[in-house]
Amino acid sequence: MSFTITMTTAARIMRQLGHDRRTIALMLAVPALLLTLMRYVFDDQPMIFDRIGVIMLGVFPFVVMFLLTSITMLRERTTGTLERLLTTPLHKLDLLLGYGIAFAVAATAQAAVVAGTAFWLLGLDTAGSAWTVCGLAIANAVLGMAMGLFVSAFAQTEFQAVQFMPAFVLPQFLLCGLIAPREQMVGWLQAISDALPMTYAVEALTEVSTHADPTGTMWKDVGIILGSIAVALLLAAATLRRRTA
Amino acid sequence: METTIEVEDLVVQRGGRTVLHRLTCAIPKGLVTGLLGPSGSGKTTLMRCVVGVQQVKSGTVTVLGRPAGAPALRRRIGYLTQAPSVYADLTVQENARYFASLYGVPRHDADQAVTDVGLGAAAGQLVSTLSGGQRARASLACAILGSPELLVLDEPTVGQDPVLRDDLWQRFHDMARGGTTLLVSSHVMDEAGRCDRLILIREGSIIADDTPKAVRASAGTDDLDHAFLRLVRAANEQITTDDEARAEER
Repeated sequence: MSFTITMTTAARIMRQLGHDRRTIALMLAVPALLLTLMRYVFDDQPMIFDRIGVIMLGVFPFVVMFLLTSITMLRERTTGTLERLLTTPLHKLDLLLGYGIAFAVAATAQAAVVAGTAFWLLGLDTAGSAWTVCGLAIANAVLGMAMGLFVSAFAQTEFQAVQFMPAFVLPQFLLCGLIAPREQMVGWLQAISDALPMTYAVEALTEVSTHADPTGTMWKDVGIILGSIAVALLLAAATLRRRTA
Repeated sequence: METTIEVEDLVVQRGGRTVLHRLTCAIPKGLVTGLLGPSGSGKTTLMRCVVGVQQVKSGTVTVLGRPAGAPALRRRIGYLTQAPSVYADLTVQENARYFASLYGVPRHDADQAVTDVGLGAAAGQLVSTLSGGQRARASLACAILGSPELLVLDEPTVGQDPVLRDDLWQRFHDMARGGTTLLVSSHVMDEAGRCDRLILIREGSIIADDTPKAVRASAGTDDLDHAFLRLVRAANEQITTDDEARAEER
């Protein structure tokens, strides 16, 4: 592994994003717009917006980054650049960390825009600090990115990659406790829910929205999110094979 | 003669089919070796074995004294894939500079490689806006930068006009004179004459491995195109005769 190669790879990926202005605009504007819609759907129930809005601050970046990375990585695989890269001194982890850094920067920009909109323009109210919410939003975006990198290995076409989004993200969304409380689910559903990373992301955000100071549960959740990021990146590394049939 | 690549009894299977049949050959150092054969004959597979990205069934490939694919080899080999492998959403210069950074080569060498392949004027252009031939040259620039010891080029001149092709071949020979070993595949016979050595491959087996002059002589014709046709047909007849012999035995 090489620090220089990791950083130039991150810079290369950001340059690619930089040439695609429309993607940047969509990435930054769409989550903020969706949150605005939600704010006015619950116009007369600000309590509900406070509860769900903060969770959406974590869910939207997760979904967007999952899609962006799974498709970018798939392109790297299908256009032959991946095979070419693996004949150079680049280490597999240089590539994955390069993606991690580049998309973490993008995720930070996205989280800043959506959190800024939520707190300043839409009057989102949380007991905990807005900075903690922002930090969790970034962690969720990086988690989405890491899972996208891994999942891209199972898609052969962009059509398939797009379909992985509902396949991987919606079950997590259904079971994370947002639609129905986890305590009310049957045992086997709870067990699945326990195994899905988004459950902990949502729990952490709920903790921040209801407690003024960071709680032990929140730190445990942060630990699980960071652990899931590491596992997803290692699994992604295992899917990058230098020698193929 | 010093050899850069040694291939011994190489067997490769792809999709349940044997693509290379116990292939054995040696590529000498500092020469341009042409790898020629009909489409589907195994040229790309052999090149993928040399750069170490192909799963091998049996046999050995030794490159610059080490097993093909060894990590230490990665900074000593330049590889041009058949389909251009550059980022369409980056400019030519950004692509070249990125690949240069992977090899630890200065930016100046990247810019020089872009000029060398005749893309100096298009350096700031996004690859997605280039023509097919230009795109292929952008990919070539990323392969030759930093003067690697071995260059594996899969059809480097496809889609280029005659003047550019001539320029590129002169550049290949300049590099060989500087000590670089080049393995270049092509299916255009008029390029075969420009190689120092030729390996003719057909259905995963070598049917000739010699200088262009010797290949012409053994086929009994001055025209390499005809020579190749004769050798391929002779090999086909050989296979047919073998099959008949086997049928008679039964």
